[in-house]
Amino acid sequence: MNHETPTAPARKTQAESPVARPAPVIAISGLSKRYDSGFEALKQIDLEIQRGEIFALLGPNGAGKTTLISIICGLVNATGGSVMVDGHDIVTDYRAARAKIGLVPQELTSDAFETVWNTVRFSRGLFGKAPNDTHIEQVLKALSLWDKRKNKLITLSGGMKRRVLIAKALAHEPEILFLDEPTAGVDVELRRDMWEVVRELRNSGVTIILTTHYIEEAEEMADRIGVINGGEIVLVREKAALMRQLGSKQLTLHLQTPLASVPPALAHHPLTLAEDGNVLVYTYDASEAGDSDHVSISALINEIEDAGIRFKDLHTKQSSLEDIFVNLVRERS
Amino acid sequence: MNLQAVRSIYVFEMARAGRTLLQSLISPVISTSLYFVVFGAAIGSRIQEVEGVSYGAFIVPGLIMLMLLTQSVSNASFGIFFPKFTGTIYEVLSAPISYFEIVLGYVGAAASKSAILGLVILGTANFFVDLHIQHPFMMMLFLLLTALTFSLLGFIIGIWADSFEKLQLVPLLIITPLTFLGGSFYSIDMLPPMWQAVTLANPVVYLVSGFRWSFYGISDVSVVASLVMIGVFLAVSLAVISWIFRTGYRLRP
Repeated sequence: MNHETPTAPARKTQAESPVARPAPVIAISGLSKRYDSGFEALKQIDLEIQRGEIFALLGPNGAGKTTLISIICGLVNATGGSVMVDGHDIVTDYRAARAKIGLVPQELTSDAFETVWNTVRFSRGLFGKAPNDTHIEQVLKALSLWDKRKNKLITLSGGMKRRVLIAKALAHEPEILFLDEPTAGVDVELRRDMWEVVRELRNSGVTIILTTHYIEEAEEMADRIGVINGGEIVLVREKAALMRQLGSKQLTLHLQTPLASVPPALAHHPLTLAEDGNVLVYTYDASEAGDSDHVSISALINEIEDAGIRFKDLHTKQSSLEDIFVNLVRERS
Repeated sequence: MNLQAVRSIYVFEMARAGRTLLQSLISPVISTSLYFVVFGAAIGSRIQEVEGVSYGAFIVPGLIMLMLLTQSVSNASFGIFFPKFTGTIYEVLSAPISYFEIVLGYVGAAASKSAILGLVILGTANFFVDLHIQHPFMMMLFLLLTALTFSLLGFIIGIWADSFEKLQLVPLLIITPLTFLGGSFYSIDMLPPMWQAVTLANPVVYLVSGFRWSFYGISDVSVVASLVMIGVFLAVSLAVISWIFRTGYRLRP
């Protein structure tokens, strides 16, 4: 898809300069939202989204993900703070800010009786862009919607409607794409397809912010992950670093003969017995992963063998983002 | 000014009317024709002329006004209520367009539809009665101003309503009675003095009277009063809409 943007040369200049850190494409500072009901959905949020990244905003239901997105996109008024989109304030300079943004909402909303083609074309016009049927054709083809272009939206399946919403959001060639729970209620195959579409978009230079409570999705797609809970950003980290820092690993040994207790010779290791003594579990920190780690594991295995313990099978498991996330949210609450 | 967006909304809304031609155009024409048959031909033949105009012709401006008011309100209210109801309003709110442009698109389309309808009904009336229009320019002015003003009112109702029931409520309980009691089918001279005074509190009287004046040069109240009344309506509607957008009422929490 053609997503060449006038900002591309600027990025190059920034990359060439060794000192200047690239300006964030979205800068949120002190953003807060209190609804009329008194519910405080966002509490002084500070967040920066870098140009060209895939940022996953993770959080349980009601954490404030949708409110945050809604404020940036102009659906909800903030109570305090500010948001700059590529240097444009979303309130005082809303035209320039919003023109850069495409939004795929969480709810599957559609003009039931409209055709796919018309509704996508409408979206482009709404964002002030001159008609460009070639672009719309490209978008529809990329999303496998071309064959359905004459269908009325009411006749489409949920997954197809989701694609139409994505097509609508891409109709005006946005530089920033918000995907609010993009794969909620979408089957596995379609989810994979959609991830592929998102990756292609990122490759063409589009910044992508997605909210999800499927950890798998964030783990699969994101460059950086922000965790939001109770209206506060709990952490923002590179995905890989987050996995390294917070993830723990487990080595599980299935023993040939059950043990009643961990032998004293091995007592200085964090070893536990499970499954009636049939399984020996060693838990260690994934941040120590690397060469030194492998040495210590092989040393441990030698020690275990020296202690006369024989095992028939072993496997290791790294804690998933889901475990990390659950731990984080639990800690905070 | 994001004219492209205004155009998109306008075209989209007009296309919706095109899809529901039966409901938007044919059904009002049929119901108006029935009015002509019943009031114009059947009952009208037994009613003497009103101020020198045959009863059948006399009710034409009132009937057009009746349709203009109800259709403007229902078109415009539905036009903005439906995207709110289905949730597609998110797209309009996230687009780089101003409030004024949103109103221009939606209200412009609703007003166009009802103005076209008004002219179609005028054409239909021509089959039933002998029509002559003394002030065609003023006739068009009244027609357009009324369509615009009541489309604005409909837009307000559509934003206020949070259920289909409420959407029907105002037209049913307020607009229709005011129109029927607004001199569509009679001259207010025909009423007892007390009711004449009461009727003058009904804003629709001024619209019907002014509109009828543009046809036959006869009116219940002065033309200036009619124009002032439409002006007041227009100003109040615009003020309410600007308040809605300033506060985000029912649109942007």
